[in-house]
Amino acid sequence: MAAPTPTPAIVLIGHGMVGQRYLEALAERGATATHRITVLCEEPRPAYDRVHLTSYFSGTSPEELSMVPAGFMEQHGIDLRLGDPAESIDREARTVTSRSGSVIPYDVLVLATGSYPFVPPVPGKDAPGCFVYRTVEDLLAIEEYARTRTTGAVVGGGLLGLEAAGALQGLGLASRIVEFAPRLMPVQVDDGGGAALLRTIEGMGLTVHTGVGTQEVLTGPDGHVRGMLLSDGSTVDTELVVFSAGVRPRDQLAREAGLAVGERGGIAVDARCRTSDPHVYAIGECALASDGRVYGLVAPGYEMAETAAEDLLGRDKEFTGADLSTKLKLLGVDVASFGDAHGTTADCLDVVYSDSRSGVYKKLVVSPDGVLLGGVLVGDADSYGLLRPLTGSVPPVSPDQLVLPAGLGPATQLGPSALPDSAVICSCHNVTKKEITACTTLPEVKKCTKAGTGCGSCVKVIGQLLPASADKGLCGCFPFTRAELYEIVRTRRLTTYEQLLDGHGRDSARGSDGCDVCKPAVGSIIASLAPTLGASGYVLDGEQAALQDTNDHFLANLQRNGSYSVVPRIPGGEISPEKLIVIGEVAREFGLYTKITGGQRIDLFGASVDQLPRIWARLVDAGFESGHAYGKALRTVKSCVGQTWCRYGVQDSVRMAIDLELRYRGLRAPHKLKSAVSGCARECAEAQSKDFGVIATANGWNLYVGGNGGATPRHADLLAQDLSDAELVRLIDRFLMFYIRTADRLERTSAWLDRLEGGLDHLRDVVVHDSLGLCAELEALMADHVSNYRDEWAETLEDPERLRRFVSFVNAPGAPDPTVRFVPERDQVKPDLAVLDRQLPLEVVGGTR
Amino acid sequence: MMTVELKVDEGWLTVCELSEMTPGRGVAVLLPDGGQAAVFLGRSGWTYAVDNRDPFTGASVLSRGLVGCVEGRPFVASPLLKQRFDLETGRCLDDEEVAVRTYPVRTAATSTAVA
Ligand code: SRM
Ligand SMILES: Cc1cc2nc3c(=O)[nH]c(=O)nc-3n(C[C@H](O)[C@H](O)[C@H](O)COP(=O)(O)OP(=O)(O)OC[C@H]3O[C@@H](n4cnc5c(N)ncnc54)[C@H](O)[C@@H]3O)c2cc1C
Ligand code: SF4
Ligand code: FES
Repeated sequence: MAAPTPTPAIVLIGHGMVGQRYLEALAERGATATHRITVLCEEPRPAYDRVHLTSYFSGTSPEELSMVPAGFMEQHGIDLRLGDPAESIDREARTVTSRSGSVIPYDVLVLATGSYPFVPPVPGKDAPGCFVYRTVEDLLAIEEYARTRTTGAVVGGGLLGLEAAGALQGLGLASRIVEFAPRLMPVQVDDGGGAALLRTIEGMGLTVHTGVGTQEVLTGPDGHVRGMLLSDGSTVDTELVVFSAGVRPRDQLAREAGLAVGERGGIAVDARCRTSDPHVYAIGECALASDGRVYGLVAPGYEMAETAAEDLLGRDKEFTGADLSTKLKLLGVDVASFGDAHGTTADCLDVVYSDSRSGVYKKLVVSPDGVLLGGVLVGDADSYGLLRPLTGSVPPVSPDQLVLPAGLGPATQLGPSALPDSAVICSCHNVTKKEITACTTLPEVKKCTKAGTGCGSCVKVIGQLLPASADKGLCGCFPFTRAELYEIVRTRRLTTYEQLLDGHGRDSARGSDGCDVCKPAVGSIIASLAPTLGASGYVLDGEQAALQDTNDHFLANLQRNGSYSVVPRIPGGEISPEKLIVIGEVAREFGLYTKITGGQRIDLFGASVDQLPRIWARLVDAGFESGHAYGKALRTVKSCVGQTWCRYGVQDSVRMAIDLELRYRGLRAPHKLKSAVSGCARECAEAQSKDFGVIATANGWNLYVGGNGGATPRHADLLAQDLSDAELVRLIDRFLMFYIRTADRLERTSAWLDRLEGGLDHLRDVVVHDSLGLCAELEALMADHVSNYRDEWAETLEDPERLRRFVSFVNAPGAPDPTVRFVPERDQVKPDLAVLDRQLPLEVVGGTR
Repeated sequence: MMTVELKVDEGWLTVCELSEMTPGRGVAVLLPDGGQAAVFLGRSGWTYAVDNRDPFTGASVLSRGLVGCVEGRPFVASPLLKQRFDLETGRCLDDEEVAVRTYPVRTAATSTAVA
C-alpha cells in the first residue's frame, strides 16, 4: 500500500547572506511550494548585508541592511526561527536539534553557517574590551564600549582589519593596526601595493605596526583592556581591541555529525555542493569547495546557493571555483585585486605604476604575449570595472597605458580617453593628446599639429579623441556611410562614381571632382559588386581608373622614392624551384631588391613605372599572377606545412590555404583581408591573427574570424567548429560578403566585429543561422566574384591602350625618372635618398625630350 | 585635336593630347631643364599643373595622386603621405608652411612646343 508522498522537508542551518540567497533561489524555482522549509538562525535578526556592515557606523540602520524582502517568509511558508541555532545533527534519524530543544526532521539539510572570526589564543583575549567584527551585534557592542574610550587597536591588517580600523577611527578612537605579515593586506596586494597603502593609511593618522604579532592583551586593575604586548617586546596603550585576524569556516556541527571536513577546516563538498552525506549540502563560507578552497567572499557563496538549489531539483549545475577579485573602499582608499594578482603564472610579467607620494600603486600581471592575467590597484581603482572583464584577454591598449594615473586626465577608462593629456598620440610628429583635443576635427588636427600626416597609424586614435560628429557621412562629398553607399550602389545598380556622386552626394559636391576619401572607397564598392552589377571587373576600366589610389592604379606598391614593388601571388606560400628561379632571374635582370615578406611570399622592390609591364610579362609567362599586395583586397593565405609532412598535422593545410587563396583572390574589400590555415592546434600559421583563420581539427576545420596583427592586434574569435571543407568555404563566403557589405571604409574585420552590434553572437546568427535571410544572397555574390576573377596583370598586358599609362613622363615615353636612383646595400640596392633631397633639376640620363 | 600645353619660361611646352589624359588623374611631364611637372585634368575639363615633387618626401610623385575638391577648390593628394595641395595656388592644405610651385596650363587646338 503506497502512502501519499509527504512533502519533503528542507532544513537550512544559518540565515546569513548565502542562506538567504538559497531561499530565494528555491522560491524562484517554485521549490518553496513543494517543500517544507525550516530555517535555524543563530542571530537575533534575519539575514542582512554583512558586506556593508561597516555602513552601520555611517548611519545605515540594521533594518536597512536587511536582505529579506518584506513578507518573504510568510509568502513562501518558510519557518524562520530567529535566535535558535542548531546544536546537533543526527544523520541516522535525519533530524536536527536546536538550542530551544526542538527536533526537526529533514529530507534535505543545508549548512550555511558561514565563518567565525579567528581569535589568536593570546592571554587576555577574552577580557572586556576585546571584540570581533562580524555581526551587527559586534558593532553595537563596539560602539557602546567605545563611547567612553579614546584609544583602539585592530589585530590584523587584512581587508577586514583595515575596515575595522577605519570604523574605530570613525568612532573617535586614536587607532592602530598590528599586522603580523610584513605588509598590509598581504593576501591581496604585493609589497609595492602594501607600501602605497601604508603611506596613505599613516597619512590618515593611524599607527601601523607590520611584521609584529600580538603576544598578550594587557588588562588594568579593573580587568579591562589597557594595552597590548607585541612580539618585538614593545607595549602599546589601547583600551579596545578588535581581532580581525582572519576567519575560519564554522564546520563544528558538521564535524560532530561525522561529515567530511578539510584538513584546514571547511565542510567538504563536491561540485554540486553536496557533502559526504548525499542528504546534506554545505554552501557559502563554511564549505570547502571541490577545488580545495574556502571562499571568503559573498559572490562565490551565491554561486553555491544557486548550485545547491538546482541540484535539489535534479538539474545540472556545478560550482568548481570562482574568481577572487575584490574591490573595496577602505578608509576611503580604493583597493582592488583581481585575477593572478600575485603573478604566480609561469613567465608572467609585471607592469607597475607606483607613486608613493599620492599612495597610488597599480600593478598589472601580463603574460609574455600580452594577455592580462590579473592585477592590484591601490589608491585609484577606477579602472577595476574595466580591467577585470579584460582578464584573460589582450587589452585594446598597452598595459602601461592602463596603469597611468587618472588624475592627469579624465577617469581611467579603456581606450584613448584613458590616456593622460601628456600621452604622445602621434609618434611621427610627437603630438600629445592635449594638443589634439584642442582641435575639433581631423583636418584641423592635421593642420595645426601635423599629427596623422606621417605614417597615419595614429589617425584612428585621433578620431576617437575628437568629439563624435553627428554627421556620419563618409566624407565631405557624401552624407552616407560606406555601408549605406554599398546598398545604394547595389540596389540602384550604379556602375559609376559620377552617378553616385551626382545622384546621392551632398548638394555642394554634386557635379564636383569628389575627393581622395570617397573615390577609392566607391571604387572598391563598385569593384566588389562588379560582376553582379554588370560593371567591368577590371579596376582600371574607364572612370574606375580615376578612382584608384596610386597602388591600384599601377597594380604595384608605391615606395618612398617613387619606385614600385612587385609581389606575385604565391598561394599558401607553396612555390616550386622553377618559379623561385624565375623570380630570382627577374630580380637580377631588373636590379630589384628582393625580400621574403611577412606574408610568405617574395617582394621585388625598386621597379620604375615603365619597368612594371616588362616585369609582369616575365612573371605572367612563368605562371605567376598579381598578388594584390597593393589592393584593399585579399592578401595572403598563409599556411603551415601541415599533415603532408608535419608529424603533428591532422589535415592538409597547404591544400586548403591554396584553395582559399585562389577562391578569394582579387576580392576587393573595405580593407585588406588576410588569412591563414594551420594543420593542427600548434598554429604555426598564426591563423588566429588573421581576418579569417582556419585551424585543422581531427574532424575538419575550426574557423576563426576578426583577428588582426598590426597596430591594434586582436585575437580572432572562434566562429564555428569541426567544419567540412564545403561548410568551411560556405561560411567564409558569407562572412566575407557580410563584412564587405557592412563595414566602414578602411575598417579591418577586427574593428568591424568589435563595432558590430551584438558582436560575435550576432555575426554567428547572421552567417551560421541565417537570421537575416541573407545567406543565399551573400553566397551568390561570392559565386559571381569567383567565376569572374581575372588576373589584372595579364589583362593589362593584353591591351596596348592600358599599357600607355606605364610611362614616367607623358611627353617623353621611355625616359626613366631621374629621381629614381639606387645605391648599393648588402649585395643589393636601396633608394638613393640623397637625390630626393635635391631641389634642383637633375641631369636627364637618356630618353627623348 | 586638342593638346595640353604648359608654360615654361617664355614658351608653351606640349604635354600630350587631351584625349590621353583621364579626368580626375594627372600625368608627369619632363621639363627642358630636367625638372618635372604634374598636370591634372578635372571632371569638368579644367587643367592645372604643379611641381611633380612632393615636398614632404622629395619623391617625384604628385602626378600620381588622387584629385578632389574641397569647397569648390581642386586639390591633389600626395600618393605617399596623403597631404593635399591646392592646385590653383600650390598651397598645402594640411600644412600652411608648405607649398609647391604652380605652372600655367592651357588646352590649345595647335601645339607650339619650345625648342
Ligand atoms: C612587405 C611587407 C613587409 C615585409 O617585408 O615582410 C609589408 C609591407 C607593407 N605593409 Fe604590412 N607588410 C607585410 C606584412 C604585414 C603583416 C604580416 C602578415 O600579413 O602576416 C602585418 C600584420 C598583420 C595584419 O595585417 O593584421 C602587416 C600590417 C600592416 C599594416 C597594419 C594593418 C592593421 O590592421 O593595423 C599596414 C597599414 C595599413 O594597411 O593600413 C601595412 C601596410 C604595409 C604597406 C602596404 C605600407 C604602404 O602603404 O606602403 C607596406 C608596403 C609593401 C610594399 O610596398 O610592397 N601593413 N603587414 C609584408 C607583405 C606581406 C605580403 O606578402 O603581402
Ligand atoms: C565587515 C565585513 C566586510 C565584508 N566585506 C566583504 C566584501 O567587500 N566582499 C565580499 O565578497 N565579502 C565581504 N565580506 C564577507 C561576506 O560577508 C561573507 O562572505 C558572506 O557573508 C558569507 O555568507 P554566508 O552566508 O556563508 O555566511 P554568513 O553571512 O556569516 O552567515 C552565516 C550565518 O550562519 C549563522 N550560523 C552559524 N552557525 C549556526 C548554527 N549552528 N545554527 C544557526 N545559525 C548558525 C551565523 O550566525 C550567520 O548568521 C565581509 C565580511 C565582513 C564581516
Ligand atoms: S601547425 Fe601543426 S601541422 Fe602545421 S606545421 Fe605547426 S605543428 Fe605542423
Ligand atoms: S604616428 Fe601619427 S602619423 Fe605616424
